[in-house]
Amino acid sequence: MRTSAVDRITEFAIAAFLWSFRIAVVLVVVVGSYLTLSSGKYSWETWSSLIVSGLSTGSIYALIALGYTMVYGILRMINFAHGEIFMGGAFAGYFVATLFASAGFLDQGPLPALFAVAVMILVAAAFSTGLALLVERIAYRPLRNAPRLVPLISAIGASFFLQYTFRGFFGSGIYVYPDVSVLGQQVPIEFLRLRWVDVLVVVSAVAMMTGLYLFVMRTRMGTAIRAVSEDKSTAELMGIDVNRAIVTTFAVGAAMAGAAGVLYALLFRQVFFFSGFIPGIKAFTAAVLGGIGNVPGAMLGGLFLGQVESVGPTLFLDGLNVPSPNQLKDVIAFTLLVLVLVFRPSGILGERVTGQRA
Amino acid sequence: MMDAAVAPGAAVDWRRVFRIGLLGGVVALYVSLVGMVEVFNPRALVTGVITLGQTSMVLVGVGAAYLIIRGQSFDRTRAAAAGAVAGAVVGVFPAALVVVSELVNLRAMFLRASPGTSDVLTFGLGVVGAWVPIVALAAVGGATGLLMTARADIRRPASAALMALLLTGLFAGLLRPPLLASSVTAALGRFLFASDGLTVAGAIFTLIAVVAGRVAVRRVSLRSRVAALPPERRRAVRPVGLIALILLVLWLPHGIGPFFAQVVAVVALYVLMGLGLNITLGLAGLLDLGFVAFFAVGAYTVGLLTSTAEYGIALWPFWAAVPFAVLLAMAFGAFFGLPILGIRGDYLAIATLGFGEIIRILAGSDLLKGLLGGPRGIINIPKPIEVSPDHILAGPVQIYYIALVAAVAVAFVAIRLRASRLGRAWIAIREDEDVAEALGINLVQTKLLAYMLGAAFAGLGGAVFAGLLGSMFASSITLFVSINVAALIIVGGMGSIPGVVVGAIFLIGVPELFREFSDYRFLFYGIALIAMMRFRPEGLLPSGIVQRELHVPEPDADSDGLGDDGDGTARLSPGTAG
Repeated sequence: MRTSAVDRITEFAIAAFLWSFRIAVVLVVVVGSYLTLSSGKYSWETWSSLIVSGLSTGSIYALIALGYTMVYGILRMINFAHGEIFMGGAFAGYFVATLFASAGFLDQGPLPALFAVAVMILVAAAFSTGLALLVERIAYRPLRNAPRLVPLISAIGASFFLQYTFRGFFGSGIYVYPDVSVLGQQVPIEFLRLRWVDVLVVVSAVAMMTGLYLFVMRTRMGTAIRAVSEDKSTAELMGIDVNRAIVTTFAVGAAMAGAAGVLYALLFRQVFFFSGFIPGIKAFTAAVLGGIGNVPGAMLGGLFLGQVESVGPTLFLDGLNVPSPNQLKDVIAFTLLVLVLVFRPSGILGERVTGQRA
Repeated sequence: MMDAAVAPGAAVDWRRVFRIGLLGGVVALYVSLVGMVEVFNPRALVTGVITLGQTSMVLVGVGAAYLIIRGQSFDRTRAAAAGAVAGAVVGVFPAALVVVSELVNLRAMFLRASPGTSDVLTFGLGVVGAWVPIVALAAVGGATGLLMTARADIRRPASAALMALLLTGLFAGLLRPPLLASSVTAALGRFLFASDGLTVAGAIFTLIAVVAGRVAVRRVSLRSRVAALPPERRRAVRPVGLIALILLVLWLPHGIGPFFAQVVAVVALYVLMGLGLNITLGLAGLLDLGFVAFFAVGAYTVGLLTSTAEYGIALWPFWAAVPFAVLLAMAFGAFFGLPILGIRGDYLAIATLGFGEIIRILAGSDLLKGLLGGPRGIINIPKPIEVSPDHILAGPVQIYYIALVAAVAVAFVAIRLRASRLGRAWIAIREDEDVAEALGINLVQTKLLAYMLGAAFAGLGGAVFAGLLGSMFASSITLFVSINVAALIIVGGMGSIPGVVVGAIFLIGVPELFREFSDYRFLFYGIALIAMMRFRPEGLLPSGIVQRELHVPEPDADSDGLGDDGDGTARLSPGTAG
């Protein structure tokens, strides 16, 4: 087709706009960081605590992101209700935690507390798995061959259904997690503001992610899942039970999300019916950031997002004299989402999604 | 067909009866625990006889029995037995809830497992009445079975009467005030309605009136009667119907009191925004979940330009600010749209969601507090037309008319655009991006136009909203505005203008009318979205094009009517369902 002068001018304008967008973002980051660092307002203590909190939130994002990335890899759909699966796990953990709290487990030294937390995580993972399988059966499975927007809308519906079901069951109030006294204490390391809860979150997240990685790469089921992600119909011809692979993917992702729900709640000490929504979107950001469909990518993306979100407001914005930069934490996360989608939609490590077009 | 005299009854598959009964029981338990039973309870369907909370249980029982008997050729006794057993199975669950919540403190977990819920379920008997839901639902199920196998000339009037009873009971709160307002009808109003629902006399009157009406007038639908007219007369009927509709729409806010006027104003506002998003989503297939961003731009622009209070900067009249707000929203649409329109459909939804959140957080942040007032917001936005309080255009009524006029204008633009070269390019992109590109459509520019138009109408909606409330706060910008608009289009039918109106009435109007329902608004949205995608992805009132496509037989019968588009652009092809 002939391109008219108007078309060429519009195209040029679009390119110019996109470039100025990039330049503006880079300018904010570079100038902001320079001004903040050169002002010397913040000590190493502050930075280290920001980095630690970024590490723990980031590893939780990574855990949730695994569910997004695996489901996207296998079904090419954004499981919009994944954040609610995460919230459901946090609620399940809450009720277990109150039981342990009334039995006095939570403030009797490290071992009983650790046992209680382990039980909370297991129950939450089991509950989330059940919830996700139900959602998959009702809202996703009948729509497997539909165009992409159809399961996405259904997933948005499932997300609202779950949120308001929890609101109906448990009310709209905020549930404060019982205090696990050991976890609030400082780890005795000089120069580092580190609480035991951060250690717990990071260690258990890393353990679960390693387990998942081994499951996907080394087991028969993991191989089946990867085969189905690669090509559903060929996998079926090779004798793989595609349905089982898909259901397992949902189950594993949900178990991670449920565990992440408890860890998140231990970190921030609260859960309510809407508390899964924002972490859910951020974890999706992390999944895209690392390259959707890519399991190590989701882990990397989660950790990266956690750092940007935690250190970013102070580092980039404080130097620019933005008042209360921490209010804009989510703005930074969502801007990062848009930036990645626009400039590198295949993510840091690249997508592992086959199909016509990435 | 289900007539006992004609068909020899089929044997009942009891396993199926139990399965559906158990499913119904789980639903009944869910409805109780999620709080609907208790929350709906203050309203009565028939005062002193049955409350709305109990009605919700009855409906579950009816639904279970209906599912079992529908399409089966049971004779009357078997149908009644199957219905009664299913009802009893359903009833076991609420009964168990009553007993368990007495023995164990379920309220530590489920807030609604309360004595209040137990009282509703047992008609106030408490735990000793745990048998009540079982017996009552068995009776309901049995009655459903009897009704469904009754002769057609009994079944039809009876079900119509029950339906009418349900509707008048539901709408009692709306129907009563206008009847009481006039001295002629006040006596009738008091006869039919109590303050919380139908009176017993009113209920009996409704039943008898509907049955009598159905028996007296042989059922000939208006549509078939019009179709029977000769063609020239039929052409004459259309404008008459249209004029009647227009008169009804114009009269609406005056007839039913100030509260109702506020509701229809909000509905009209959402129709306006729905028509705007309909261009983006319905025609071009771009799922925009950040619609509220442009709504906010429009509302804040009007607020800043017109406010006479602290943050106002220009003191313009409302009407001068509106075009500016629309243009600014459009510019924002271009600003946001340019970077993201190249990405695939499902990523676009999340990216726009991100934009909505960015705008929401920025509007409430300290960064823009000096400009937008932060949480304190902008107040003293003048009304579009300053009139005395008793004028015909006072209060929400004028917003209703303004939104209506704007909606008609948007609808006109949408209809003209759909038939244009641009509109066909949008539909082509929606159907298949790659093919559209191969045919020489510039994807980014075409999508950008759709996105900017949607943004412009969202800005218009925001401007009208600012005029409606007279103030603008950061807390008015929520994700729910975007979700409301997207959901009403999806439920109504993408790309269809009547669909938007119907969607707005159901998703915005009905929850606004029933405060009890509004607690569960998003719960119903969720169910509606899932159900629509599963059973009727083209929406309640699909557009003409989609409807025409429906009449083309699909060659591949194995698909559920939803094509596979592979490249992930938004496309909703018509389902064979419906």
